[in-house]
Amino acid sequence: MTAKLSSTPVGSAAAQPKPGPDPKRPGEAVFRGLATGAGILILVILALVASFLLIQGGPALFADPAKLATQGYGEFVSWVLPFAFGTVWAALLALLIAVPVAIGIALFISHYAPRKLAQPLGYLIDLLAAVPSVVFGLWGSVVLAPAMLPLFTTLNSSLGFIPLFAGQVSGTGRTILTVAVVLATMILPIITSLCREVFLQAPRLHEEAALALGATRWEMIKMAVLPFARPGMIAAVMLGLGRALGETMAVTMVLSGSRNITLELLTSQNPNTIAATIAQNFAEAFGLKTSQLIAAGLVLFLITLAVNSIARWIVARRAQYSGAN
Amino acid sequence: MSKRIETTDLNVYYGSFRAVEDVTITIEPRSVTAFIGPSGCGKSTFLRTLNRMHEVIPGAHVEGEVLLDGENLYGPGVDPVRVRRQVGMVFQRPNPFPTMSIKENVLAGIRLNNKRMPKEDQDALVESSLRGANLWEEVKNRLELPGSGLSGGQQQRLCIARAIAMSPEVLLMDEPCSALDPISTLAIEDLIAELKQKYTIVIVTHNMQQAARVSDTTAFFNIAGTGAPGKLIEVGPTDKIFSAPDVQATEDYISGRFG
Repeated sequence: MTAKLSSTPVGSAAAQPKPGPDPKRPGEAVFRGLATGAGILILVILALVASFLLIQGGPALFADPAKLATQGYGEFVSWVLPFAFGTVWAALLALLIAVPVAIGIALFISHYAPRKLAQPLGYLIDLLAAVPSVVFGLWGSVVLAPAMLPLFTTLNSSLGFIPLFAGQVSGTGRTILTVAVVLATMILPIITSLCREVFLQAPRLHEEAALALGATRWEMIKMAVLPFARPGMIAAVMLGLGRALGETMAVTMVLSGSRNITLELLTSQNPNTIAATIAQNFAEAFGLKTSQLIAAGLVLFLITLAVNSIARWIVARRAQYSGAN
Repeated sequence: MSKRIETTDLNVYYGSFRAVEDVTITIEPRSVTAFIGPSGCGKSTFLRTLNRMHEVIPGAHVEGEVLLDGENLYGPGVDPVRVRRQVGMVFQRPNPFPTMSIKENVLAGIRLNNKRMPKEDQDALVESSLRGANLWEEVKNRLELPGSGLSGGQQQRLCIARAIAMSPEVLLMDEPCSALDPISTLAIEDLIAELKQKYTIVIVTHNMQQAARVSDTTAFFNIAGTGAPGKLIEVGPTDKIFSAPDVQATEDYISGRFG
């Protein structure tokens, strides 16, 4: 208490005649310059990426639809819409699978597991993040897709009345649901380790408050941990979503996608994603086609941007109730 | 409403380290008992054994028994969760749940019991608890606002309201005023004097004037040295402890010769 008082001298404001970096302290100026530079750099990079997409994709965006039909892939909006849908749909399905599992693992590590088990488990999860996506792609197409077939048949025959599981079951198992499972595995580690970090930071004070009121462990988590961790959890989910939206290699290798919009998860008619479409077609593309693919990249960029803005808005909406004050 | 606490030869361990040794004490209902003593003497640890909160720390365990009106809190099959619903606790730093409104904070404990409570009963309980904590007049127009927006003293009284909303048998207070300014401290002390008409109150304090002002009985804890377990040196009526204690160490501590 006394140390706290003495560390804020009363005359500190008066002693400094003018604001700004002190010329006698070059380290301060250098550090300030570096930090500001790094902050500006990220804006510059973002601007450069956006302008690249606009300039290179522009010709396709503003081209005559008739010209696009002959020299490109067809009218832009109707061409890109199914891919945009596929991108969002696959990522959402992946989130739906990954988030409950990730939160469960994170809670287990932070609040249930004995310390001896929690540490190695955390390392294992982080290790999962280091697996290259091409490996996930191989595993998805060679192992997972055939393995999913019996499940698909069962789902289709017993729950076929639900539109999601309707239709003719794919013979290869390389459907959007398989892709979603692969994507879920890929985004699991990042969501888990971020959630674990925020769960561990839940204030002991509030956990004890809940326990002292007679809360069980789970009730304590509901009262003191989850509300505190909410913004962090949303950020974690958004990072995972960002990765799922942009994932190219694994989707390209697993999905046999085409250009259609359907909610059916088990059939061979699957919507492709933007990233996979670009990867599959870019090598042979030229002229207006290249431009059209880059414009599709711009659409992907905008989707990611929108997702992040929505996340920020959700976090900010209840800032008053956050654990910060 | 309020119950007597008796402990016999209570030892508290963190792993193999004995933190508190052989405490035998009787805490009377409808009175205020203060624990005083130098830092690290085990008084907070001992307080936490009275609602089994020390078990939150891995490796902590207890030997001996704590009787709440004859019922052993450490008996086989006793659920610590149920114990904590009978024995309320107020902490050193105010800790209202930041994500809940003032009203939700008061009702937090009741909602845990899964009691379906009609809205009028809820409102009545919120009002009576906040009145009981001398906070009603200050917050009655902003019950829906977050509890973290209150001042430190108000937050602490909100925590007391949250504890008494459960109608506990006993109220434990672990240095409840150490993070508060003198005026808020006075408000809490006045409140303690009112609450003792209904509850058994045990308070840990570093402030000897506070112990002298609020308590009926004072227990002095001390520690022989670092690594040694804390012990209960002397317990008796507050007047006696502060005027003519039996043990020299108590007198030394109270007269400010050490600690």
